[in-house]
Amino acid sequence: MGLVVAENITKIYSVVATKVSKDYQAGEIAIRALNEVSFEIDPASFVSFVGPSGSGKTTLLNLIGCLDKPTEGKLMVAGTDVLHLDRKQSASFRGNNLGFIFQDFNLLPVLTVFENIEYPLLMVQNIPGGERKKRILTLLEAVGMIEQKNKYPDQISGGQKQRVAIARALVTNPKLVLADEPTANLDHKTAFLVLESMKKMRNEFQTTFIFSTHDQKIVGEAEIVFTLEDGELTGKQVKGGKKNG
Amino acid sequence: MGNLFKIAFRNLLRYKRRTLLTASLVTIGVVFVLLFISISGSFKNMMVGQMTDSMLGHLEVHRKGYLASIDNLPLNLNLKPQAYQKLEGILKKQPEVEAFSPRIKFGGMFSTFVETTNIRLNGVYPDLELRAVPLLPTRLTNGTKKTLEKGEIWIPELMSKSMKVNLGDTVVVIATNKDGSVNGKQFKVAGVLESVTGPGGRDGYIHIEDAMETLRMEEMEVSEVALRLKNFGQLNPFSEKLERLLSGEVNKEGKPIYEVHTWEKLSPFYNIARMIDLMAFFIKLMLIAVVLVSIMNVMIMAVYERIREIGTIAAIGTLPGKILSMFVLEGLFLGTMGALAGDLIGLIIILILNRVGITFDFGRETGLVLSTTIGPMDVVIISLIVIFISVVASLQPAYKASRMEPIKALRHV
Repeated sequence: MGLVVAENITKIYSVVATKVSKDYQAGEIAIRALNEVSFEIDPASFVSFVGPSGSGKTTLLNLIGCLDKPTEGKLMVAGTDVLHLDRKQSASFRGNNLGFIFQDFNLLPVLTVFENIEYPLLMVQNIPGGERKKRILTLLEAVGMIEQKNKYPDQISGGQKQRVAIARALVTNPKLVLADEPTANLDHKTAFLVLESMKKMRNEFQTTFIFSTHDQKIVGEAEIVFTLEDGELTGKQVKGGKKNG
Repeated sequence: MGNLFKIAFRNLLRYKRRTLLTASLVTIGVVFVLLFISISGSFKNMMVGQMTDSMLGHLEVHRKGYLASIDNLPLNLNLKPQAYQKLEGILKKQPEVEAFSPRIKFGGMFSTFVETTNIRLNGVYPDLELRAVPLLPTRLTNGTKKTLEKGEIWIPELMSKSMKVNLGDTVVVIATNKDGSVNGKQFKVAGVLESVTGPGGRDGYIHIEDAMETLRMEEMEVSEVALRLKNFGQLNPFSEKLERLLSGEVNKEGKPIYEVHTWEKLSPFYNIARMIDLMAFFIKLMLIAVVLVSIMNVMIMAVYERIREIGTIAAIGTLPGKILSMFVLEGLFLGTMGALAGDLIGLIIILILNRVGITFDFGRETGLVLSTTIGPMDVVIISLIVIFISVVASLQPAYKASRMEPIKALRHV
């Protein structure tokens, strides 16, 4: 006698955007920064949004990062509809599911490299001491900053700062890491090293990385590239695959 | 919480000069307030102590209506023997009372056989009086014995000087009793009393039995009973208690026999003491204003300078409450540092002032040496006020920081 098992498999995406729009008010003029943008991003992807300045890259990253809310459309991040999260829920969601890498690194100047990475574990997730130290040392090793762990941000280079920022973004085991122009303030060699670190982290921790850039040389490092122009998604390129748009 | 403390503390160290300036402002404020409270409070306590311990007693009981006519020292408003005995019985049962002394107060003529003037006298039991007002002998000028025998008189210093009366001289006191008959009695001058400020500060003293003899009093009718309490802090509660106890004692007409007055109602210095308290209150208000404005100013600057940092920590998931705590802690540290430094410097200055000794004149009293002291509770209260105000001053900027939209804060240049 045969056994038949019926399964309903629903695919869990890292991000699902459905006709997402965002308007800004500049005085009396309403500016549409994003216009009905729709896309899906699979878990553990290495994705880049590219486009010229003002194309909507940062706006989109802010929406995915729950730092802002869409004017229209539906946005699911890590399986959660982020549209209806209030201020406190948004903060909590960011702290538990997302990691951020900023263009200017944004390390806290009063904390050492070790303490900067420790910050989200202590202040956001309340992870116990032993576990905290283990995670930080693993990441410091992975980004090659173990020797500098007791230095303050003003004692290390730009590339090193960004590697610390990567470690800080990953230390909470986020589902998604968002990086807005993470290489903009770095020279090309350092930029590639940073991207390499990000990719290595993705491979190691299976975290989805989404970054924005307008640097064409950097774009080549992404596995999936979304192109934005004037607030509209104009193309999707999958490395080694076909070009849509 | 430890991490919040660490971040707050390091942020303060980040702007060392500014932190130092603000903390110094708080410190200076605390030092001035401590010094003012210490000097004015010590002056007040010294004067109150001098009045209560060398003249008035902590409180006095009179026959109802006596105080309103006290300037005339009316003998017809003295307590009748029965009333005094009843009062004595009540007072002996009160555990709060350390000692009490009945007094017969009267006015008379003082004659040296060459000159005559008027004098106000207290007839007292010396042993009871010295227990009720233990500093009375300290008012005696040097070289005199510290007890009063029958037939002896202690006269005020001013009278001694103006009438050229010396120790051992014989004088006559002439007085009219309540029935209008005049009588005189000879006394030997056994002591000269330094004047003190306040009513009765320039009165003479004789033995109570001599007073009764001079006034031809067959049974003792006392003008007032001076009380000393074991604990001066119990003055007002005990005064209320005694009033309650004595309110039941009424005369034939159903009116109360006794009236109770604390030193505050007996001495005009109480108004000066109240002024001192009022000034101390306003000085504290000024300190509050200084702390409030300086800490708030610094915290507003701190928030403004760190908008991007606030955006960063908010973006990575720090809850608004923790951001608020971070800034409030900075204010708390600033206030605490300022208060502690102020306490330390203030106490050192008070110690130095004590070593040096502040002398001052008050009324006819000259060369009074002020011993500056400050109670531990005063230091604690001032420190707590400063710390509390520092927290209050930090709340508005901290709240602003906690409510900042991360997206706007991150864009801030």
